[in-house]
Amino acid sequence: MVEVRLENLKKYFDKGRVKAVDGIDLTIKDGEFLVLLGPSGCGKTTTLRMISGLELPTDGKIYFGDKDVTYLPPKDRNISMVFQSYAVWPHMKVYDNIAFPLKIKKYPKDEIDKRVKWVAELLQIEELLDRYPAQLSGGQRQRVAVARAIVVEPDVLLMDEPLSNLDAKLRVMMRAEIKKLQTKLKVTTVYVTHDQVEAMTMGDRIAVMKQGKLLQVGPPAEVYLKPNSIFVATFIGAPEMNLLDVTVKEDEKGLILEGESFEIPLPEDFTPLLKDYVNKTVIMGIRPEHLIVEGISEILHVKRRAKIEGVVDFVEALGTDTIVHAKVGEKIIKIKLAGNVNVPIREKIKIIVDLDTMHIFDKQNEKAII
Amino acid sequence: MNDETKYMLKQLAFYTFIFVVVAWIVVPLIVATLYAFAAPKDYYDPNKVIPLHFTAKYVKTILIHLGAWEAIKNSVVVALLTIAISFTLGIPAGYAIAKFIFPAKDTIKLSIVALRMFPIPVMAIPLVILYIRLNLIDTRLGVALAHTAMALPFVVLITSSIFAGVATELEEAGMVFGLTRLGSFLKITLPLALPGLAAAAMFTFVMSWNEVFVASVLTLSHRTLPAQILSIMAGSSGGAAPDYYKFAAAFIMTLPAMLFVFFARKYLITMWGISLK
Repeated sequence: MVEVRLENLKKYFDKGRVKAVDGIDLTIKDGEFLVLLGPSGCGKTTTLRMISGLELPTDGKIYFGDKDVTYLPPKDRNISMVFQSYAVWPHMKVYDNIAFPLKIKKYPKDEIDKRVKWVAELLQIEELLDRYPAQLSGGQRQRVAVARAIVVEPDVLLMDEPLSNLDAKLRVMMRAEIKKLQTKLKVTTVYVTHDQVEAMTMGDRIAVMKQGKLLQVGPPAEVYLKPNSIFVATFIGAPEMNLLDVTVKEDEKGLILEGESFEIPLPEDFTPLLKDYVNKTVIMGIRPEHLIVEGISEILHVKRRAKIEGVVDFVEALGTDTIVHAKVGEKIIKIKLAGNVNVPIREKIKIIVDLDTMHIFDKQNEKAII
Repeated sequence: MNDETKYMLKQLAFYTFIFVVVAWIVVPLIVATLYAFAAPKDYYDPNKVIPLHFTAKYVKTILIHLGAWEAIKNSVVVALLTIAISFTLGIPAGYAIAKFIFPAKDTIKLSIVALRMFPIPVMAIPLVILYIRLNLIDTRLGVALAHTAMALPFVVLITSSIFAGVATELEEAGMVFGLTRLGSFLKITLPLALPGLAAAAMFTFVMSWNEVFVASVLTLSHRTLPAQILSIMAGSSGGAAPDYYKFAAAFIMTLPAMLFVFFARKYLITMWGISLK
């Protein structure tokens, strides 16, 4: 178990034309479950492969504890990896697949046997040990891959979208199981995914990546509640955060956010934050689950509120939630209401905005102001 | 016509087709085998299509007195040498083409195949001169090298497609779990590629076994089977040999190759009892 430190890590392909990873500084604490989250092509897998040693960085350093491992071959790093395709060797039985890393490291035979049995029990694959991978289902193969990865008790466990090939139900189950396993083994883990739900539920911290750069690193709640940019704000959460262009105006009472068909007067404490933006357009962001409809739903603890008028355009009834699409001016705002709520279409509603969960972003650099 | 008759007719057509294809290959083999052992009296009797009296005399004569047995041994040695050399050179090349990106990859691939466009007779005289200088003339190694030159392009292309079929992640998993790149190749990729490599070996073996021109030109006392048979049939016995000798020779030529392919095929299918994917 070690701390993993990446210093200004870069990977360029095609003579610098493609900047897959473009200067990443990140410390993964000892025993931490860190999720690298981002859309495909953002460089998260490349980062993982550099930590594993399968890919060598163009520039920068990788440390495991105090040891510089930047150019060390994978076999000398004491790492394990769960691949997206599982990469369970088809010519070996399950037992041999799991025992293989131990055999290479020259463990005594009875020790190997003991460990394979231990890990097989842990992952409930005891009865599969003398089968070939071709005789297993996707979920079972996944378990074998995880078993093989933890049997050696690695310093660092790397997972590259391990759940993306499973069906939805199995994915939810394995999500919890992998997280529990990691908590039990306390192994430093880097987990790559493009699924924000996986990231939120599994990670101790989430590192959001975009175009080779780290945008925000923090615990799930922080990334969710205090996104530092529009990209992070919209990538996490479903349905996506509502974004509206508003202009900051000033009158005798204080600042006002002026939208297409609404005005939101702001309390005094917003003034210092927004004073540079007076008469400029900013982007207001608010999550669908932080909105309420007057007379239909209520969220407790809303201290400061503002009202926006809208017309119901469409309703998605999901059973557990109801998502109301309301037309405000020309824009559609989505409101997520808990439970099955009956909202008639084309009815005029008053949407209540909780000012303390509202985000405001700079329109130019898309960074968060509030 | 109802569906049942349609189905029956389809089945009939299908099996007729299969029968014709099989007969196309098997009938000549049966005829050659029958006539190889036919007594000359039966063979020349216009009233008998299938001979009734058999003798192993001619097969024996060719094998023992006319040097075919020695030639079979030469052929096996040459074919195995060809496989060994062309695999030693071809596997790394095939692997590189399958797994790495490097400049002029397609040009290299194309030029490998283009080498086979040169007609061998054009190269025969320079090749003989070169072999005399290198002291390779009339040696089994010499023939094997020439056969390697002919087989290598195909070995490279076949092995590259085999290695491309083995997922890179499997090999990377080997490296992550403690193997070197070479170790991972030897313990993960190679075993998985084995059925395909066996097919490539089979191809190389059959090519070397059948090749007659280069073998005839480059050797005199260490002839491979086709070269030896050719010289027996066409000249050294003083004029063309009688027909039943030819059939006996054909039988000797085909039998070992058939046996080899038969066993290699079985090995191919039963490899893991499963397909790779």
